[in-house]
Amino acid sequence: MPEKITIENLNAWFETKQALHDINLSIQENMITAIIGPSGCGKSTFIRCLNRMHEVVPKAKISGKVLVDGKNIYESDVDPVDIRRRIGMVFQKANPFPTMSISDNVVAGLKLSGVKDKKILDNIAEESLKKAALWDEVKNDLNKSGVSLSGGQQQRLCIARALAVEPEIILFDEPCSALDPISTSKIEDLMLELKEKYTIVIVTHNMQQAARVSDYTAFFLYGKLIEFGETNQIFKKPMEKSTEDYIVGRFG
Amino acid sequence: MKWNKRKLIDRIMSFLTAACVVIAIIPLLSILYTVTLNGISAINIDFLTQLPKPVGEAGGGLGNAIQGTFIVVGIACLIGLPVGILSGVYLSEYGENKFGRMVSFVADVLTGTPSIVAGIFGYTFIVLYFGFSAIAGGVAISVLMIPIVARTTEESLKLVPGSLREASLALGIPRWKTILHIVLSTAMSGIITGALLAIARVSGETAPLLLTAFGNPFWAVGIDKPISTLPAQIFTYAISPFPDWHTKAWGGALILIILILILNIGVRLITRRKYRV
Ligand SMILES: Nc1ncnc2c1ncn2[C@@H]1O[C@H](COP(=O)(O)OP(=O)(O)O)[C@@H](O)[C@H]1O
Ligand SMILES: [Mg+2]
Repeated sequence: MPEKITIENLNAWFETKQALHDINLSIQENMITAIIGPSGCGKSTFIRCLNRMHEVVPKAKISGKVLVDGKNIYESDVDPVDIRRRIGMVFQKANPFPTMSISDNVVAGLKLSGVKDKKILDNIAEESLKKAALWDEVKNDLNKSGVSLSGGQQQRLCIARALAVEPEIILFDEPCSALDPISTSKIEDLMLELKEKYTIVIVTHNMQQAARVSDYTAFFLYGKLIEFGETNQIFKKPMEKSTEDYIVGRFG
Repeated sequence: MKWNKRKLIDRIMSFLTAACVVIAIIPLLSILYTVTLNGISAINIDFLTQLPKPVGEAGGGLGNAIQGTFIVVGIACLIGLPVGILSGVYLSEYGENKFGRMVSFVADVLTGTPSIVAGIFGYTFIVLYFGFSAIAGGVAISVLMIPIVARTTEESLKLVPGSLREASLALGIPRWKTILHIVLSTAMSGIITGALLAIARVSGETAPLLLTAFGNPFWAVGIDKPISTLPAQIFTYAISPFPDWHTKAWGGALILIILILILNIGVRLITRRKYRV
């Protein structure tokens, strides 16, 4: 099975505080990999290292390698802007651009990288909204503000916005933690569809969600990777005591 | 009604705050009242469109002063808005360092600087070399605008949530484009408000203009020549011994207030959100 991302000896710091300790892990192409663990264990830090968003935080540092298709994205000749275009991200709190209409939100990434042709932009907006399962709900309101939508719709708008720049990988950081169960299941269905085309990494607090959608699961604790394997195995017979404790809710 | 201590304190506090509002508003209203009462009789079409008449002749107006004010304030905006807005962007987006803190300190000091100092600045660096001029006036009052615009821009940009910057960066939009297209546009109404408030604040300045634009009884002939401005013309009318000119001074003041009022209403209209949330 092809490895899309290989993480080797990854360490990450905030100023002097080390948030990740020597992570080694491989992420398979066209699979959903879930990252679980108690809050503060470094899940967000970890996925932000995969698209070079960690370095956006002042005084944040990193060591080790992240190979995407075999090439280290931290090599000096790599432009973080290109990496972020190839590796999209959806955040915990939906963050549409408040001054832009729904359709402008979707194509913001393209417009700002110089695509001007209105026809192309309209097509991509429609296509991306369809992929994000939002088209039918907004097709008559494309000129309304993105922030006029409900929370769940805003989150799917953010997914459409990430899809519009045609990434290869999408990182989700607790995308459903602010959403109701119906919106949550819509987004889960969506992820299962998206994995046909994309490689997906999702951070989640919700054990059932990890079990429902993911093929692989990584359990983090105190900045360390404790256990990694097929989701079935992690949930049915974890090797580590702390993994089991976390999954059955004994802590975290 | 049952009175207890909490309710009583609540009543007293809301009374006190209301009283303070009244105290703050009284001078404002009384100024508006006096200026309107004394100035309204001076205002007519001639007053708005004609040149001042020599002493002793009836009629005349301050058309050239209105024209001059627009020119001088326009020059001040051409200098003050770009410099102020860019400084604000620097302070908010790149200012977490020694130089940034120094700029920020200088901006604070400049905000508190008496306006006559800006006049002396214009006088020393421009008037002494090139003579009195509209440009000198514009430069002098742009010095007063820059710190206001820089500060309000900085504050508005800092109000833009970090999550929007991250959303943009994560789309593969470079930092400078993120600032230019996402951050600035989100903060736009705040920045425009700051700019208009700065314009309103400096358009009534008199002292720096007396030292730089000087004044001129005729229509503007060029931005490198002395030019009439409303505040300076009001000053000329007001210190004269003639009751007729005093009325004209009140009339000029009323026009200045109305212009500034229009600016402030403009601020209100612009800051209404483009999209209803
Ligand atoms: N911007 C930051 N500055 C300093 N420390 C941070 C910052 N963000 C996160 N941390 C710290 O790094 C650790 C990991 O955080 P995070 O990756 O956000 O955890 P999780 O997403 O698993 O809840 C936590 O101890 C947290 O306090
Ligand atoms: Mg997190």
